[in-house]
Amino acid sequence: MRPMKDPAPSRMAYRMNRLMLTPRFRLFLRYGLPVLLIVAGVSIWASDEARRDALAERVAELRRQVEERPEFMVRMMVVETGSPEIEAEVRDILPVDFPVSSFDLELDTLREAVEEIDAVASASVQIRGGGVLAVTVVERVPVAVWRRATGLVLVDAEGHRVQPLDARADRLDLPLILGAGAGAEVAEALEIIEAAAPVTERFRALRRMGERRWDVLLDRDQIIMLPEDDAVTAMKRVMALDHAQDLLARDIVAIDFRNPRRPVLRLSDAAMQENLTTRTRVYEAVVE
Amino acid sequence: MTDLYESQRAMRAMRRAAIQRGVVAILDVGTSKVACLILRFDGTEHVLAGDGIGAMAGQTKFRVIGAATTRSRGVELGESCAIQETERAIRTAVQAAQKMANVRVDHVIACLSGGQPRSYGLAGTVLVDGDVVREHDVARALASCEVPDIGPGREVLHAQPVNFALDHRSGLIDPRGQIGQRLACDMHMLTADTAVLENLIYCLKRCDLELAGLASSAYVSGMSALVEDEQELGAACIDMGGGTTGLSIFIKKHMIYADAVRLGGDHVTQDISKGLQVSMSVAERIKTFHGGVVATGMDDRDLIEVGGETGDWEHDRRTVSRAELIGIMRPRVEEILEEVRARLDAAGFEYLPSQQIVLTGGASQIPGLDGLAPKILGQGVRIGRPLRVQGLPQATTGAAFASAVGLCLFAAHPQDEWWDFEMPIDHGAARSFKRAVRWFRDNW
Repeated sequence: MRPMKDPAPSRMAYRMNRLMLTPRFRLFLRYGLPVLLIVAGVSIWASDEARRDALAERVAELRRQVEERPEFMVRMMVVETGSPEIEAEVRDILPVDFPVSSFDLELDTLREAVEEIDAVASASVQIRGGGVLAVTVVERVPVAVWRRATGLVLVDAEGHRVQPLDARADRLDLPLILGAGAGAEVAEALEIIEAAAPVTERFRALRRMGERRWDVLLDRDQIIMLPEDDAVTAMKRVMALDHAQDLLARDIVAIDFRNPRRPVLRLSDAAMQENLTTRTRVYEAVVE
Repeated sequence: MTDLYESQRAMRAMRRAAIQRGVVAILDVGTSKVACLILRFDGTEHVLAGDGIGAMAGQTKFRVIGAATTRSRGVELGESCAIQETERAIRTAVQAAQKMANVRVDHVIACLSGGQPRSYGLAGTVLVDGDVVREHDVARALASCEVPDIGPGREVLHAQPVNFALDHRSGLIDPRGQIGQRLACDMHMLTADTAVLENLIYCLKRCDLELAGLASSAYVSGMSALVEDEQELGAACIDMGGGTTGLSIFIKKHMIYADAVRLGGDHVTQDISKGLQVSMSVAERIKTFHGGVVATGMDDRDLIEVGGETGDWEHDRRTVSRAELIGIMRPRVEEILEEVRARLDAAGFEYLPSQQIVLTGGASQIPGLDGLAPKILGQGVRIGRPLRVQGLPQATTGAAFASAVGLCLFAAHPQDEWWDFEMPIDHGAARSFKRAVRWFRDNW
């Protein structure tokens, strides 16, 4: 008969067995150890720089392959705007070399670039189906011609520069404004011009004086000086005076409305002489 | 005494920790087998807060989730004689039980049958502090018991208060809250051989197990094999083990006496081995299959193949009649029972109101013992099996597992021991100050 094997576990086996029955150790074996092994493996693999670079290259290559699929390519640009000048300018300003992947297009940057153009009020840039980059432009509408020391320029209602103008004669339909700082107050200028509607044929220009108040320039070198505040009301009063007493038709150089409570008329030299003569004559007649 | 008190309290704390964790191992290191049960405590339904002195940690319900038995090695007469072998046997049993339970156990409650247990009855009396008996009065009463000389190399295994008397009223189970002046207590103290205990503790430590309790196997077999009435009215439990036969006497649900006869089933096997000239394992097989103690005429014709592996054909093909076998076994069994009778007489068992004797343990399964035992021990003898506990496998419900099952009950409901009470303050430095305060209170 063979001698029976000792059924007793060795001290080591017994301890091992107890260790395996420890819940915390089993939890570690189940979760902690795999995580540890994976982390260790990855970190050992990644400790070599060549392998890291190769991986980055592979990823970049894969990314490029996806990006360059024909579904994502943009082939042409459509500019939706009224004027061909703006379209030309937009095409000029957007540095896009077609065909290009839509992943490479920064639409916000493009939109900001388009909105940099003076004549553009706002723009939207989107990629449409079929690989079309659509730029929709809302133009600025010029409402006045502003003469500055550097030349003529068209401005919109907000006073924003639209485009330079070569000659005043090109846009006779728009009123002329002059003076430094006039562009910033275009809205007020337009109201004043509207108030001056009864004398439209005689209206020449609106001049900003000292960047604080307006002068209305009429033909025959007549000037209506308006106050800083409430220029429109003052203009309306001038128009009322004109309507009632035919003020502007008289031989007056300037109507000084800078102080609305004390308007002053400046007569021309001839009128002044005439006035003096008339008064003297009346005086003498009275004396006799 | 103080360091015993401390070590026993440490063991109690360990037991509480084990029960808090919910898993504790039960280890019965016997002469013929090592049994390990793993208990899981769950559910605190029967929390008896403040009711009685017991019910530790409020844990009462338990379930056996692992059980393993292995042949004992290196144990003789209930005492470890080869530490390494015993340790291996314990490892085998614990590992198998852990495998069955699929849980790791760190705390173990062990019992031992050897170590020559010796019983002492102690008595102490104190005057009650105030009118009502409080817990510290009980502690003082226990501390006032005069400890006899237990001899060198002996250790106290149990020290249980079994009876309290208040003035002229005796038989109190729990004197706390009662009114009286003179509190007397009876304590039962069981001592065992220090070396035997230390060997067992060393084995357990080598197995990485923390000891959470130690009990005498005679005591715990009594707890499991005696029914409640027997424990209440007075009965003796005789645990016939392999190397020793333990006996414990219970009355009023307290053990009042325990002893062990250093004879057991292994001696019967040895007799067969010597008488029939066979090896111990063959003798053990013959004993368990064909053994008996009452011969009948039929047994002369009942021939048993002895068997053997000596290689000698003549020797290995012998047969013996069953009557011969019984003739070998009976004198030894009678000797054991007579020895037990002598111990019971010495303990004054005949003065108990009820004299029920319950035989349990592996050797109690000898056929015909129920006929032999009454002739020696008197009437009122029955063969007992341990009571059923939840989850216990069928294989471990036999009489041989009486002490293992009893140890489960012991783990769940330990009897209050002396060290479960706080050490009386009188032993400390506050003593003279307290005395001064009392003197002032009494004189003004």
